[in-house]
Amino acid sequence: MARIGVLIEAKGGEVKKTTLGALAAARRDPGEVYALLPEPNAEACHGVLRQYGADRIVTIRTPEADISPFPDVQAAALAAAIDRFQLDALLGVSGQAGRDLLARIASIAGAPLVLDCLDIDFPSGTVRKSHFSGKTTATLRLNGRPWILGIRPNIFPEKIDPRHGDIVLYEAPVPTSKRLVIREVKQGSSGGPDVSEAEIIISGGRAVGSAENFRILKECASVLGAAVGASRAAVDAGFASHALQVGQTGKTVSPRLYIACGISGSVQHFAGMKTAKVIVAVNNDLDAPIFQKCDYGLLGDLFEVVPALTRALAPAQAK
Amino acid sequence: MKIYVCVKHVPDTAANIRPLGGTAFDETVKFIMNPYDEYALEQALRIRESGSGAEVIAVTVGKEVATSTLRTALAMGADRSILVKTDAYFTDSVETGRLLYRAISLDGFPDLILTGRQSVDTEGMQIPYRLGVLFDMPVAVNVVTFSMVEGRVTVEREIEADVREVIEMTTPCVVGAAKGLNQPRCPTLPDMMKAKKKEIRVIPQADLGFPPPIPTVELLGLQAAPDRGRGTILEGDPEKMVRELLRLLREEAGVL
Ligand SMILES: Cc1cc2nc3c(=O)[nH]c(=O)nc-3n(C[C@H](O)[C@H](O)[C@H](O)COP(=O)(O)OP(=O)(O)OC[C@H]3O[C@@H](n4cnc5c(N)ncnc54)[C@H](O)[C@@H]3O)c2cc1C
Ligand SMILES: Cc1cc2nc3c(=O)[nH]c(=O)nc-3n(C[C@H](O)[C@H](O)[C@H](O)COP(=O)(O)OP(=O)(O)OC[C@H]3O[C@@H](n4cnc5c(N)ncnc54)[C@H](O)[C@@H]3O)c2cc1C
Repeated sequence: MARIGVLIEAKGGEVKKTTLGALAAARRDPGEVYALLPEPNAEACHGVLRQYGADRIVTIRTPEADISPFPDVQAAALAAAIDRFQLDALLGVSGQAGRDLLARIASIAGAPLVLDCLDIDFPSGTVRKSHFSGKTTATLRLNGRPWILGIRPNIFPEKIDPRHGDIVLYEAPVPTSKRLVIREVKQGSSGGPDVSEAEIIISGGRAVGSAENFRILKECASVLGAAVGASRAAVDAGFASHALQVGQTGKTVSPRLYIACGISGSVQHFAGMKTAKVIVAVNNDLDAPIFQKCDYGLLGDLFEVVPALTRALAPAQAK
Repeated sequence: MKIYVCVKHVPDTAANIRPLGGTAFDETVKFIMNPYDEYALEQALRIRESGSGAEVIAVTVGKEVATSTLRTALAMGADRSILVKTDAYFTDSVETGRLLYRAISLDGFPDLILTGRQSVDTEGMQIPYRLGVLFDMPVAVNVVTFSMVEGRVTVEREIEADVREVIEMTTPCVVGAAKGLNQPRCPTLPDMMKAKKKEIRVIPQADLGFPPPIPTVELLGLQAAPDRGRGTILEGDPEKMVRELLRLLREEAGVL
C-alpha cells in the first residue's frame, strides 16, 4: 500500500486551509496518509489533521529548537523523514513558502518534482500542470520514487474524513552547517492577505486611476474577506505594489471567486487567474475582451458598482 | 572570479502556443531569453562593473536554435557562453540540472551562479535548487535585492504580498532572480556587432555522460487550455446589478 506524505503548513497553531486541500488530494489514493508536521506547530494541529484525513501525524523534531531561520535544515529534516517512513510521495501546497521547501526537498532527494499541479492521478502516476502562462496544460508522468508534488492552492477542496492520526515522534538527523540563514522577515506597507492563496480576490486595473482610489477595492475586500489584487497596468502606474500583481509576470492565483474591476482582460492577466472557479468582470465597455471570457459581467462604472457591492455586503456582515 | 548565468531560450510570452498533437507544439513562434534570466545576467554584469573584474559566462541547455539567446546574452555584455546542445525541446529538470552542473564544472569553478526564478515556458521552478545540491552551495530564489560583501551575499526574497525575507549566505552560492532586482540593459547595435566575435562553446549533450535510461519526468501530452466563454452580462442600475450578482454567486455558482 502506498504511503503518501503531506507537508503541513500551519500558522499560529492553525493548519492552513490550503494544506487541508493537500490532505484531501492525498486521500484520493487508497494508501496511508502521513501528515508531516514540524514541531513548533505540533499539539494544536492534531485534532484538525485527524478530522481531515491523517492516518499518522509525524511530529518532526530536530536537535536545534527553532529551525525556522534555516530552510536548508528544514528541507534536510523532511527529506530524512521521507526516507525513514519510506514515503512514495510528498504533497504540499504550491504557495510561495511550499514551493521553496518542496524544491529543496526534491533536490536533496534527487526526486522528480512537479509544482503547481492542477490534477493528480495516483494509479497512473501522472499529473496535470499548466504551462506557457496558462496557454496549455500538459500531462506528465513521474518515474522513480518519491514523487514530490505541489498542488495549486484552492484546486482541491478540503474534505472531512476522520482518521486515527496516530502520533509518531521523529528525531531528524540534520546537517549542522549554517551556510544560509534568514536574518529577518520584513513586513511591507500594503498589509492585507496575500493573493496567491486567497479564496476570494478583488482586483483593480488601470481604470482605478490612483493609489488613493484603490481604497474602494480595499473596503470591498474587507467585507468580502478577500485579498486585493492588481493588473500590471495598475502596478506600473504606481497605484498598487508589485506584490499584488496578478498575471504572467505577477502571481498565479486560483481563488473560488475573482472580481476584476476596470481590467480589460489581456492574455497576460488571464495567465495568472484563468483557473479561478468563477470570474466576475466589472467594466464600462461592452466590447472589453474580458466580457468574452468571464462567468458574470457587470456593465457599469466601477466607481459606482464596487461601492454598491460593498454596501450590499456590509449589512450581511454586521448581523 | 567567475560568474555563471543560466539562460533559457523560451517562446515569447506574447506568442500563441499551438499544440500539434502529442507532445509537439508549433515552434515557429518567436523565441526570446527567459525574462527572469535578464535580471540574473544584469546582476552579474553589475558585479563585474563594480570593480570585481569578474568573468561572466552565459550557459544554456537547448537545441541549436538556443544560440540566438546566447547571442543576446553576449550582446548584453557576457564575456563568453556555453551551449549544451540537445536534440529535443523536452529534457526533464533533473537532467537539465545535471547537464548545467557538468558543463559548468567542465569549464571552471563558479564563485556565483545566477538563474531566473522560473522559466516562463515550462514553469518547473526547480533548476536553481537542483544546482545548489549538485554544487553543494546554498540557494535563494525569488530575489529582489542583492549585495555581496567580503564573501557574504545578502539578498531579500519576496515571500508574500509585501513580505520579504532577508537572507544571508556564504559564497559560492546560487541566486534566482526575480523582477525588480534591477533594470536589465538593452543591447545597442554596436553591442550586437561585438557579440558576434565572442565565443560560443558548443558541448554536445552526449559528451556530458549518459542520462538515466528512464527520465524522472516524462511529458505525455500537451493540450490547449480553453478560455471560458462569454459571461452572463448584467447591466442597468448598479444597486440592482449587484443584488442580482450576489444572488447568482450564491445560488447558481455557489461560491459565496
Ligand atoms: C511580457 C508581458 C508581461 C505582462 N504581464 C502582465 C501581468 O503579469 N499582469 C497583467 O495584468 N498584465 C501583464 N501584462 C500587461 C497586459 O498586456 C496589459 O497591458 C494589462 O493587463 C492591462 O491592464 P488593465 O487591464 O488594467 O488596463 P487596460 O487594458 O487599459 O484596461 C482598462 C479597462 O478598464 C475599463 N474601464 C475604464 N474606465 C472604467 C470605469 N470607470 N469602470 C469600469 N471599467 C472601466 C476599460 O474599458 C478597459 O477595459 C504583461 C505584458 C507583457 C508584454
Ligand atoms: C510542457 C513541458 C512541461 C514540463 N514540465 C516539467 C516538470 O513538471 N518537471 C520537470 O522535471 N521537468 C519538466 N519539463 C522539462 C523542463 O522544462 C526542462 O528540464 C527545463 O530545461 C527546465 O525547466 P524548468 O521549467 O524546470 O526551469 P525552472 O526551474 O523554472 O527555471 C529556473 C531557471 O533555471 C535556469 N534554466 C532552466 N532551464 C534551463 C536551460 N535549459 N538552460 C539554461 N538554464 C536553464 C534559468 O535561469 C531559469 O530562469 C517540462 C517540459 C515541457 C516542454
